[in-house]
Amino acid sequence: MRIKPKIWLTRHIQVGLSALGRLSRTPLSTLMTTTVIGITLALPTGLYLLLTNLQHLAGSWERTTTISLFLQMNTADQQTGQLARRLRQRDGIDRVEVISRNAAMQEFRRLSGFSEALEALGDNPLPPVLVIQPGLRFDDPDHAEKLLEEMRTLPEVDIARLDMQWVKRFHAITEIARRGVLVIASLLGMAVLLVIGNTIRLEIQNRRAEIEVTRLVGATNAFIRRPFLYSGLWYGLLGGAIAWLLVSVAFWLLQNPVERLAALYHSQFGLTTMDASLILTLLGGSALLGLFGSWLSVSRHLSGSEPD
Amino acid sequence: MIQFENVGKRYPGGHEGVRNLSFHIEPGEMVFLTGHSGAGKSTLLKLVLLLERCTRGQVRVNGRNLARLRPRQIPYHRRDVGMVFQNHRLLSDRTVFDNVALSLVVRGLGRQEIGRRVRAALDKVGLLELERSYPLTLSGGEQQRVGIARAVVSRPPVVLADEPTGNLDPELSREVMALFEQFNQVGVTLLIATHDLDLISRMGRRILTLQNGNLDRDSAALVRDAD
Repeated sequence: MRIKPKIWLTRHIQVGLSALGRLSRTPLSTLMTTTVIGITLALPTGLYLLLTNLQHLAGSWERTTTISLFLQMNTADQQTGQLARRLRQRDGIDRVEVISRNAAMQEFRRLSGFSEALEALGDNPLPPVLVIQPGLRFDDPDHAEKLLEEMRTLPEVDIARLDMQWVKRFHAITEIARRGVLVIASLLGMAVLLVIGNTIRLEIQNRRAEIEVTRLVGATNAFIRRPFLYSGLWYGLLGGAIAWLLVSVAFWLLQNPVERLAALYHSQFGLTTMDASLILTLLGGSALLGLFGSWLSVSRHLSGSEPD
Repeated sequence: MIQFENVGKRYPGGHEGVRNLSFHIEPGEMVFLTGHSGAGKSTLLKLVLLLERCTRGQVRVNGRNLARLRPRQIPYHRRDVGMVFQNHRLLSDRTVFDNVALSLVVRGLGRQEIGRRVRAALDKVGLLELERSYPLTLSGGEQQRVGIARAVVSRPPVVLADEPTGNLDPELSREVMALFEQFNQVGVTLLIATHDLDLISRMGRRILTLQNGNLDRDSAALVRDAD
């Protein structure tokens, strides 16, 4: 006998709501369980968000990455200017700054404190320099490298240098951290499965009589499983909401100190908080964990009571 | 309607619930099952409801060979067999209405249909005005009638009862039996396990007597022999 779709849907809504109602009848234990889940989920979520912020910070440093082109000693000022104009029109280059031989010399004098020694040299030993700022390409992390290779082939260029080593190292470190967060998230996800599985196991024990009677009047396994699956779903979802709350509060507390620190470094850096997609991922993921955890428990603890 | 052929049930550990049972209950019969405690009455009812599977022989209910049913088909078999328990097995956190409705809810019936049928069943057992009460506020006789309403509300062709009058005084016991007779009159096949020999001997129905897991006496056979 097939059940009509409308009745089926009503039935699901009823069972879902009554599962929620049952949780609300024992508010203290529900709060404790969901808070445990919330804290467990808040940890990886918070770490992930921290990592995202570090990467944004690195991104803002990357913007200041420059390529220095030390031109041939005999390059005339006019040639230097032409090259600079050509490069400015090229795709993938944001800005080109020209430092003529004289300007370089003056700057060196001013900053190095070797002005007297330089007087003794007589001739200007410094080549003209072009400082290029590569355009930022998120889709191509090696963009600056490729640009560097290309610059090396220009006939006017003697030496081209890109100081990006530390940015790469930083990327490598954040990559390791990302893996670490993934590992922690998996472990804590398993912990959530166990917490929910155990909670559902206790619920099954408490409702033994009801389950047996329901079975006796001809309930299918799906019918008996359904309220427990909804319980698990709610536990997961509420736990996810608590995790959201915890992470939001933690980052709200960090916001002011971080902005003060950024101001000390004359940086515009602002803390990234949870956006809609992260919130949806957290809530959806926690609901799925809840459903799966209770499914594991239900299939383990409800199957034993039937003759086969 | 209920057919046992050389049925035996041996539990793990060697205890034998029933040893070698053969009998046949026709559609529309009302049959009592009696015998000492441990004679195998409960095991027999469990075999019919498929709470246990027999280890020997064959049980057929409503034309179905129960040995052939897969686990996923068992619920549908149970919907054809209403069950009344000695201790009622009502859910104390639900109203009388909801307890009776359970049999229909598991079938996926709509709300209106459920309301109509539950009220009809409660009316039949005389408890319509108590539909909003909780089982623990009712007397033993009333609780048993709620249990009966739950067993018959889905109009199953077969109803089993395990000591339905076990906790009731003679007056209430007679009322409950009268109720079963009413259901029998509309064609329900009944198999009632009971100790209450006094009561059933006056009802003139077929009686199966079990002893040590065997059929000791079948009153229908005696009648046939007398003929």
